[in-house]
Amino acid sequence: MKVVLQDLTKKFKSRDKKGKGEVVAVDHFSFEIPDGELVGLLGPSGCGKSTTLFMICGLQKPTEGRIFFGEDDVTDLPPENRGVGVVFQNYALYPHLSVLQNITFPLENLKGKDKLTKDEMKEKAMEAARLVQIENLTDRKPSELSGGQQQRVAIARALVKMPKVLLLDEPLSNLDARLRLQTREEIRRIQKETGITTVFVTHDQEEAMSISDRIVVMKDGVVQQTGKPQEVYEDPVNLFVARFLGTPQINLFEGRVEKGQLLIGEEAVLAVRGVEDQPLTVGIRPEGFLLKEDGPLSLDLVRVEVMGRDISVVSTSAASLNPTVRSIIDAEMRLQVTEEKVRFALRPSKVLLFHKETEERIYPEEAE
Amino acid sequence: MENKNGKAFLYLLPAILFLGCFMVYPLIDVFVYSMEEGYNFASQTYFSVGTYNFSYVLHDPYFLQAVKNTFLMVVITVPISTGIALLISLALSSIGPLQKLFQTIYFLPYVTNTLAVGLVFMILFKKTAYTDGLVNLILKWFGASSVDFIDGPYWAKMFVLCFYIIWVVMPFKILLLTSALASVNRNYYNAARVDGTSPFRIFYKITLPMISPTCFYLIITGFIGAFKEYSDAVALFGTDLNAAEMNTIVGYVYDMLYGDSGGYPSYASAAAILLFVIILTITCINLMVSKKHVYY
Repeated sequence: MKVVLQDLTKKFKSRDKKGKGEVVAVDHFSFEIPDGELVGLLGPSGCGKSTTLFMICGLQKPTEGRIFFGEDDVTDLPPENRGVGVVFQNYALYPHLSVLQNITFPLENLKGKDKLTKDEMKEKAMEAARLVQIENLTDRKPSELSGGQQQRVAIARALVKMPKVLLLDEPLSNLDARLRLQTREEIRRIQKETGITTVFVTHDQEEAMSISDRIVVMKDGVVQQTGKPQEVYEDPVNLFVARFLGTPQINLFEGRVEKGQLLIGEEAVLAVRGVEDQPLTVGIRPEGFLLKEDGPLSLDLVRVEVMGRDISVVSTSAASLNPTVRSIIDAEMRLQVTEEKVRFALRPSKVLLFHKETEERIYPEEAE
Repeated sequence: MENKNGKAFLYLLPAILFLGCFMVYPLIDVFVYSMEEGYNFASQTYFSVGTYNFSYVLHDPYFLQAVKNTFLMVVITVPISTGIALLISLALSSIGPLQKLFQTIYFLPYVTNTLAVGLVFMILFKKTAYTDGLVNLILKWFGASSVDFIDGPYWAKMFVLCFYIIWVVMPFKILLLTSALASVNRNYYNAARVDGTSPFRIFYKITLPMISPTCFYLIITGFIGAFKEYSDAVALFGTDLNAAEMNTIVGYVYDMLYGDSGGYPSYASAAAILLFVIILTITCINLMVSKKHVYY
């Protein structure tokens, strides 16, 4: 089932003393989620991504705009009639019910012709439990489970009614780093197995990049960019998106263009064609640096961090907008740590130029 | 280790001394008194040791009346006050505007002086030479005959007393229940709504289990409080509760000590021990029941 969001807008009354004014949590959000895809809503906290999720599931009413599931307009439907399954941030497992009772709970609400017998309910619940691989834990209480297991129970409960759309609100934020890695693969597997269109919300770009078919980057209620994760990473439309995606973060420098040459400090580091002479913000991905003895960019070396597969070179520069410049280079390249200066050449494709005020990307130019 | 323990006991000493003087010693003393037959207060002498005091108290019609009154009160006031408090708290927590105002209004009885409350109840219920009381006026409008609530039939007096107690204990229950309701994570309700749970089922299956610890706390303390009821009866019916047939067990104990017919610390002690046994039993039953029904 594809999900279409049309000009979705949510305004909240502002909570200041006068009680006037509005806060726009989501601003004219339009997006189409293709059938069976996993979409990550990504953004810093307070960017409206959870509000969007709650509007899709029906817990919050949009101020403007429509929501379609397939061809059906579901904007005015209450959540229970939309056929959505939701996994909440802290799972919201009922602590007084066993795992099986938790999973059965949504089924017990069915009325009329959909009503199931006890055996049917149990069978369906066990099926969902098997899907998330917790069938041997069904007699336990949620408090007797680990975080990862609780997460699975929550997913099983959301899936037991075979929803058309599965929504996950920060599904991994309560898990430790190792479990997070494991669980996100698990979510991906379950989503692939069931083929249910899934939307999940996260502030963790790595999480979103690693499992999503598509990501939507939001800021202050406004969609910044949508697309395949790799595309958005390589081709960010503005400084915010560039900064938000990628670990380590993109390195930023103050620079300027003079006569087709990009200057960082006083060093001409790269030839850029078709950019007017102007001061601008230079973004260089950590993997965009190449160690080279006569490279054009020289930085003050701070330290070298060896991380096995590759080496992280931490340095500083007067022109840098971040406290340190972090570059990742292949571990094969041996580095003389005695040097105080380190010189780099740049990979042209990893260098992005942004307008100083608007923060829009101006180089490379949009592909269209 | 030895030293550490010594230090710990040093810190505990003030509390131990205080509790020992004012709690443990009197408790033991009450028990001793209750076993001393024919104790004479003036000469501090007694004839023998035995269970005569208990048998006297248990055959005293005033005591039996007090036990009957107390049990009736407990059975009526505890469930009703907890139930109404729960309804009010649910209503309070589901309204948006004016919630703070209503919360304050419902809490006012808690900070109101007992005697002031008694006065209001007099105006409502007492018959005087000049007026029959507000409630009787209203009853008359509906064509019913007037009832003397303060000096009249037993059921009328019991009604007023229960009404009074319920009204007095409610604010505290509402306060605790509203905060318990507020502490239930909203996501549980969101999850239930997404699954299409009916409001009644949400209340019965989610809200009630979640606040069950508070509910049982209120029931247990409610039972204990109601068994120790005395001052409210005095506020309504005056100090001669035996004459009004409205005495409570604690009232009986007090009368045996200081009342007009008082001066019998042995009987008072025996009655106090009996009350203690009753409360202990009821509380144990409560705890056993709560183990089955309270989650966490």
